[in-house]
Amino acid sequence: MKISQSFKLAFQSIWGSKLRSFLTMLGMIIGVGSVITLVGLVNGVTNYVVSTFSDLGTNLITVNVSSTDTRYVDVDEMYAFVKENSNLFQGVSPNVSSRYTVKNGSTSMTTTVNGVGEDYFELYNLELSAGRFIQYADIKNRYNACVIGTYIVEELFDGKVSVGDTLKINGQVYEIVGIQEEKADSKEGSSDDVIFIPYSNAARLAGTSKISNYIVAAHNADMVEQGEDVLDTFLYEIMKNENLYFISSMTMLLDAIDSMTSMLSSILGGIAGISLLVAGIGIMNIMLVSVVERTKEIGIRKAIGAKRRDIMSQFVIEAAFISCLGGTIGIFFGYLLTGLLGNAFGIEAAPTWNSILLAFGVSAAIGIGFGYMPANKAAKLNPIDALRSE
Amino acid sequence: MQSMQTMEQNRVPLIQLIDIYKIYKMGDNEVRANDGINLTIYEGEFVAIVGKSGSGKSTIMNIIGALDTPTSGQYILKGNDVSKMKGDALADVRNRLIGFIFQQYNLLPKQNLLENVELPLLYAGYGKKQRKELALEALRKVGLEDKWRNYPNQLSGGQQQRGAVARALAGNPSLILADEPTGALDSKTSEELLNFLKELNANGNTIVLITHDRNVAEQAKRVVGLKDGKIIFDQSVEEYRASQK
Repeated sequence: MKISQSFKLAFQSIWGSKLRSFLTMLGMIIGVGSVITLVGLVNGVTNYVVSTFSDLGTNLITVNVSSTDTRYVDVDEMYAFVKENSNLFQGVSPNVSSRYTVKNGSTSMTTTVNGVGEDYFELYNLELSAGRFIQYADIKNRYNACVIGTYIVEELFDGKVSVGDTLKINGQVYEIVGIQEEKADSKEGSSDDVIFIPYSNAARLAGTSKISNYIVAAHNADMVEQGEDVLDTFLYEIMKNENLYFISSMTMLLDAIDSMTSMLSSILGGIAGISLLVAGIGIMNIMLVSVVERTKEIGIRKAIGAKRRDIMSQFVIEAAFISCLGGTIGIFFGYLLTGLLGNAFGIEAAPTWNSILLAFGVSAAIGIGFGYMPANKAAKLNPIDALRSE
Repeated sequence: MQSMQTMEQNRVPLIQLIDIYKIYKMGDNEVRANDGINLTIYEGEFVAIVGKSGSGKSTIMNIIGALDTPTSGQYILKGNDVSKMKGDALADVRNRLIGFIFQQYNLLPKQNLLENVELPLLYAGYGKKQRKELALEALRKVGLEDKWRNYPNQLSGGQQQRGAVARALAGNPSLILADEPTGALDSKTSEELLNFLKELNANGNTIVLITHDRNVAEQAKRVVGLKDGKIIFDQSVEEYRASQK
């Protein structure tokens, strides 16, 4: 007998008892739907967490160098190195950070003054509410330009300041060329409590010509590890001693987040997977009932010449059909539910292809696997006994 | 008698049952449902096997129908030794060589008449078009070709039984095996069906009919009587009629 005929029989039988078939499928629908929804949601949460950390710069590598008289990392050398490895690195910024007294007329305060390169702005995805950031020309000319955070605006200028105004850093007059957009409610000590100036000026303020701190940005978090290796080789050649420099990044943290969320994903997926198993047992149960109910039919078919595999395939295909149909509907509902819940939680959650394929594969396998036993029972029926049953 | 034997020698045996024993073990008891049966049936015969319940007629029907195999002995059906066959090989014999007519019609209720008649052809592996052709042809023979779309529950008992006959005929089997075919029919439709079976026999079909009903058995040409698993008589229908008086 042809396979298409078995499909037709399976369809007839499912259509013949619609309510029962639907209830049987319901287990599959719920199982597959919940696997897809939970995995999709966890995935959404993971993306959300990772993107939050990305704002902090998961792709950034911090380099600290303990310069000696003869060994130090020259700024131009560093820039050249990063440019050479532009397949890995997006950019670099020297970072000379210190706390200074800042004055506006008679008002004064102490804040962090960050000497940075022109790329710093992009590396940290900063945004300005007015003006411009520190530029290459400012650095080259050691122009006294500064970009201030909103905490400074509040504290030093009572919120009234515009581009072109000046302030004094450690006694030197700086022109405000830009104002950073508020990032952290203008709190003291937050990322709004900061002033950016050219690193060349900052080095001079600190009384050194050697830059000891760099921020190197890889293109993405995945390249950080490789970037660290390359940097290590580069720095070792210059410093000749691995205790004289230190490279750090957020990859460790990211790895921890990653393993945590993937664990969460497997646990939740596993719990949902149990419902798939239960659904499979439900299908087996119904198929067993169906075999008993149709003993007479099986007997007639066998008497007329149905072989073992004819009966076998009829029942296995019926079970597989029910579970695949349930699986497909489950995928559909899982898809909808993931979107709905994602919206409700404010997460960009989408079902992953992996979970869809896995759920469908598992549901088909369950149908065949759990359909096998009842089908085998049917195929083994003795035609004489089967014919005699009512 | 002499002339009949010469006639038989010229014909081809379709069924040869040689020393058939079917023994069931029930605890310590042995039940000999068939206790050494020897029977030869030739092509074109119309044989009734009669006996009371417990005579072993159902057991011999199951063996002749290749639904079961004997404990010992040999059963040759159209040159095939069926007695040693198992599972799928038996299914194949049933499919190709035997057309069953059951007491309860045994049509599948969720399939229409055409699909029911197509069933043996389906398992024999015929293509869709040929199946329909042969099934319609069989339905035409029983006069139900205009009812092919109907489901069994839309047909009368007589029509259902004729549908079952069409199913038995569809694969053009060597043997038509009818198990109490009139058991569920009233006397009028019973008579119609038996006349129809006679007609089939006249057209060359070999028919074996299992019954407990004397009146039904008298419609055959040859009557074989069973009792306690043994053949107690094997006579022509004329002899049978005479003996029943």
